[in-house]
Amino acid sequence: MGLNLNWFKYSSPATFYPLAGKMIPYFAGLAVVLTVIGLYLGFFVAPTDFKQGEGYRIIFIHVPAAWMSMLIYVVMAVYAGVGLVFNTRLSSLMAYALAPTGAMFTFLALWTGALWGKPMWGTWWVWDARLTSELILLFLYIGFMSLRAAIDDPRRAARASGLLAIVGVINVPIIYKSVEWWNTLHQGATVTISSGTSMESTMLTAMAVMVFAFWMYTIAVVLVRVRCEMLEAEQHTDWVADAVREGK
Amino acid sequence: MKPRHKRLAFILAGVAGLAVAAGLVLTALKGNIQLFFSPSELVAGAAPEGRNFRLGGLVEEGSVQRETDGLTVHFIVTDNAERVKVTFTGILPDLFAEGQGVVATGALGPGGVFLAKEVLAKHDETYMPPEVAEALKKAEQQKATTPGSGI
Repeated sequence: MGLNLNWFKYSSPATFYPLAGKMIPYFAGLAVVLTVIGLYLGFFVAPTDFKQGEGYRIIFIHVPAAWMSMLIYVVMAVYAGVGLVFNTRLSSLMAYALAPTGAMFTFLALWTGALWGKPMWGTWWVWDARLTSELILLFLYIGFMSLRAAIDDPRRAARASGLLAIVGVINVPIIYKSVEWWNTLHQGATVTISSGTSMESTMLTAMAVMVFAFWMYTIAVVLVRVRCEMLEAEQHTDWVADAVREGK
Repeated sequence: MKPRHKRLAFILAGVAGLAVAAGLVLTALKGNIQLFFSPSELVAGAAPEGRNFRLGGLVEEGSVQRETDGLTVHFIVTDNAERVKVTFTGILPDLFAEGQGVVATGALGPGGVFLAKEVLAKHDETYMPPEVAEALKKAEQQKATTPGSGI
């Protein structure tokens, strides 16, 4: 790959489709391997916590899921924004492909958080700033997908849902900073850029491996989904006819 | 400006405007978004009277007293500035302990005692194995017993 790589070449569905197809098995394989390693480290190697006992181990799913839920939203909003500005066909398809995975991770974070909250805090749910803003994130994902599905004309659907995605991005820093700005039941950040981590290193390693596992999973799933989106959006073109004929 | 530059500028300006609007709204609602009042705020009269609200802080060391019925607990919630007496009848969460953060829902009763209907434990952001916690505690005790340590 030279420096004068033509990025726009890959913004065309016809070239991106086969490339994405070739990449999927690698990302999927990495996701499986990393998940197995991460869960093994988290459940069998990492030590018990001094206060929470074994119950804390849910963080190996909860924290990476919560991070992914926010990261995916930002990536989705950027794709939506690029789609609006440059009118590139692939960008809005990428945003659509990201949304269900983001919603899934948001749900996972809320669900595992509730399971942990009952024994540790004494309640499944509390309307504090962190929990409420994460719930709003789930609604934003659902709203984005519904708005797109509600409009028949693909160009108008892309514009309306793209705008919603961009407006909703305001929520992400609010989720992230909520535990600092307001007093909440949810604890503050354990892993911070400024002051390091207040966590034992094996626990941290296990969590980091799970984060990479979730990244790989997201990339694999999004590529599968965006390939379907591309086929549907371009079903009347020659390259789709070729791809279907060759069975790729 | 090309049309796509215009669109980019429009989107960036829109997001910046929204961020300012969201900032203003959240600042205006600051008091409503806070989950609980601290003992200092309670003493200063910030908490609503005759209504339920939440009180948050640390359980003061050595303040927990259990009644013989096994369910009623008295303890003091502090923010290291002010102290509020709390009475609660019911089952406490596993993480409830002296020195630990709690958020209690209830109302002020006679004599300034906070009558809690629900007590939730607030966990902090430290995760460590029990041996490390033990070692840290020991080190702290040694420091405290060493004369001239400045405490």
